[in-house]
Amino acid sequence: MSGRRDAARAAPPQRAASRGELLLKGGRIVDPRAGIDARLDLRLEDGCVAEVGERLAAREHARVIDCSGKVVVPGLIDAHVHLREPGREDEETIESGSLAALAGGFTSVLAMPNTDPVTDSQAAVGFIRAQAARAGHAHVYPIAAATRGSLGSEMSEIGDLVAAGAVAITDDGRPIADAGVMRRILEYSRIFDVPVVQHCEDLALTDGGVMHEGRISTRLGLKGIPAASEEVVVARDLILAELTGAHYHVAHLSTARSAELVAEAKRRGVRVTAEVTPHHLVLTEEAADGYDTQAKMNPPLRSGRDVEALREALAAGTLDIVATDHAPHHYDEKEREFDFAPFGILGLETAFGLLHTELVLAGRIGLADLIERMSPAPARIFHLAGGGLEVGQVADVTVLDLEREWTVEPEAFLSKSRNTPFGGRQLVGRAWMTIVDGQVAWRLDRDPAVADEPRHAASAAGRRSATARQGKVRSPASAHAREGAAR
Amino acid sequence: MRFAHKDLLGLEDLTRGEITAVLDTSEPFKEISERRIKKVPVLRGKTIVNLFYEPSTRTRVSFEFAEKRLSADTVNISTTMSSIAKGETLVDTARNLEAMRIDMVVIRHGASGAPRFLAERIPSNVINAGDGSHEHPTQGLLDLLTIRDFLGRIEGVRVVLVGDILHSRVARSNIWGLLKLGAEVGVCGPPSLIPPEIEGLGVRVYRHVEDAIAEADVLNVLRIQLERQKANLFPSLREYNRIFGISNARLSRAPRDILILHPGPMNRGVEIDSDVADGEHAVILDQVTNGVAVRMAVLYLLAGFDVTRAREAKEGLEFEPEAARGSAKGSGTPRPSRQPGPAGGAAEARAGERGRDTAAKGGDRGEVGSGAELEEART
Repeated sequence: MSGRRDAARAAPPQRAASRGELLLKGGRIVDPRAGIDARLDLRLEDGCVAEVGERLAAREHARVIDCSGKVVVPGLIDAHVHLREPGREDEETIESGSLAALAGGFTSVLAMPNTDPVTDSQAAVGFIRAQAARAGHAHVYPIAAATRGSLGSEMSEIGDLVAAGAVAITDDGRPIADAGVMRRILEYSRIFDVPVVQHCEDLALTDGGVMHEGRISTRLGLKGIPAASEEVVVARDLILAELTGAHYHVAHLSTARSAELVAEAKRRGVRVTAEVTPHHLVLTEEAADGYDTQAKMNPPLRSGRDVEALREALAAGTLDIVATDHAPHHYDEKEREFDFAPFGILGLETAFGLLHTELVLAGRIGLADLIERMSPAPARIFHLAGGGLEVGQVADVTVLDLEREWTVEPEAFLSKSRNTPFGGRQLVGRAWMTIVDGQVAWRLDRDPAVADEPRHAASAAGRRSATARQGKVRSPASAHAREGAAR
Repeated sequence: MRFAHKDLLGLEDLTRGEITAVLDTSEPFKEISERRIKKVPVLRGKTIVNLFYEPSTRTRVSFEFAEKRLSADTVNISTTMSSIAKGETLVDTARNLEAMRIDMVVIRHGASGAPRFLAERIPSNVINAGDGSHEHPTQGLLDLLTIRDFLGRIEGVRVVLVGDILHSRVARSNIWGLLKLGAEVGVCGPPSLIPPEIEGLGVRVYRHVEDAIAEADVLNVLRIQLERQKANLFPSLREYNRIFGISNARLSRAPRDILILHPGPMNRGVEIDSDVADGEHAVILDQVTNGVAVRMAVLYLLAGFDVTRAREAKEGLEFEPEAARGSAKGSGTPRPSRQPGPAGGAAEARAGERGRDTAAKGGDRGEVGSGAELEEART
């Protein structure tokens, strides 16, 4: 297991401008946006998808990767991660978090603004992008604070933040509680057409709760967080989204009733999208039994009935995307009494394996649908490059090994933190290679089929052309920063 | 037969047989507290830390008496929630104590699950003296012992807990203990103080205290705290008393005599009126007396002593758990390491008989078995 870590660290990705060709041969390409599920070759050139077809011939100097037995998909996108930098670099940094993303098959992550200081200024947005470019791992898109300091009262300078590269706004970690403030933010956000992401929680109903209110909280004598704490905010916000016509996005939706409310609003034509985490699809409140702080998160793990409803809603498309809510915490902080431990668990390095094992192999969702919820859908919702393998598209690609059996070993995580309830769990399927901007950014094995040469980065020009073709689609932070550096 | 647990964290974790074993073990210990010299050398050389993160008088003193009457060396550590928030974590505190080579920790903590957290991290025996809203197992045991003392049985007895069930660790320990011993359990209080899905534990919810009084053999009246009023869970202590307070006027309509328990400290005139608290059916001070005996029993069992040998301990014999284990494995005859005192002869004879019984049954070593087996061991 340490070998994998070495592999990732031994070859620090170089993002210096250079050109190269990568030919992925013999894999099963699953591209939900294009409706492709077939055994095809994929040629990546100058950081873009150059060609998809049968038996493509390798050109001179091309690096050929044998993908037979593997599945080639558009790079996965995680729309909800906490990278902790600035402020809690002991838990995670943009460097370590974006590397952990690669190991989970994610080519892009969206960083939440509840850092210290909060991402509520152009400078803060710029810092995240600069750090991401310096790290050179997965693309990192900042999400900015909806209110100054995320205090829920004064609107932040949303226009400035979007101009600096923020792809959405939220006060995640806490809700925008005031209905009047929420209404104005939704209205104002329409200028820029960025999603307003809400952490749905009525703090008065939560009232210091630490786990789902129900059978287990009653037995353990722990203060409960009722499902209603989330649902009343979802219901209120859906009415406000309808009133304002803004794009409203529900973060980490966790209850059956919330999913029903979203489904009903979608039928009425409200511009709402919603995400669900892998842990809310896989674990129930039972996981907290025994006061396991690794099962403490907010929203809490819900009842079995909720989990069942979330699985159905994901398959039906009511829940648009899977996002991990990757929330690193230092070991000491979780090694506490349940009441005092912080909320949150890691997600990046276990997400695909869990969902493939628990949902795809269990017949609850097809592979193409799962990929759709993890790549094209988040790209669409947040207006990002990637999400498909069309010619000219950015060459962000994940190669999956669906047969790979593995055991979750927190000690081997590339994240700086270890807080997961999934340690020791046997999974089937994981990312085998992660390609960013047409370069192999991470791979699972030191496979002889992959030449061990330094990575080349996509040229800034390539990225610009890809961006230009897609109109208003935003390009990743790292690409922007590279352009800046080149100048 | 020996207790199969390292720790006592809650009655939910114990079997019917194990709970009965603790109650039975408590019986001979009751008498020690009635002596002029209230001391037996059972836990001589054992070091016990009473680690209290919440203020407590009754429980802490009761544990301390139990420890001292068994000749253990005790240390009391009291701290407030604010000082842990600032300083050392629970696990660091525990490891430091452990480094001084202690044998047992009695812990009271405001966070549910804290004793379990500790028990999973240190080799010492851990006894839960109340954790958050979770359990208070020795209180549950002393309530069971008191009910058994006065009604002669627990099976089939109808017990209703009245008051703040939501925040009550006493309620949860009572519910588990009573249900396991075959009692019928009800809870009664303002709906804002009844936890969700409590029926799932196997208890009945009474909306009106009059209904509870009409059906109960025992009322365990729980303390109502002013801070719950401040949290808007009910409007006033006055109104609480009017709707749920236990008064003689209410009790007089009961079809039968009702035993009144209260874990203390009482708010007279709130959850219980003085005429009831001081009345003939209240056994509140008997609970306190039993508390010491129950805690002596728990300490004794967790120290690794044999359930069936509590009477010998009472006679002043000295035991070494390791030696006792050896004997149980061998002939089945307990071997006191020292010659018995004047009263010891008979006790030794009785112990010998019990030992033979045990050996004849195939030598049940270690785990506490079924209730029936315990009954046999007890007689």
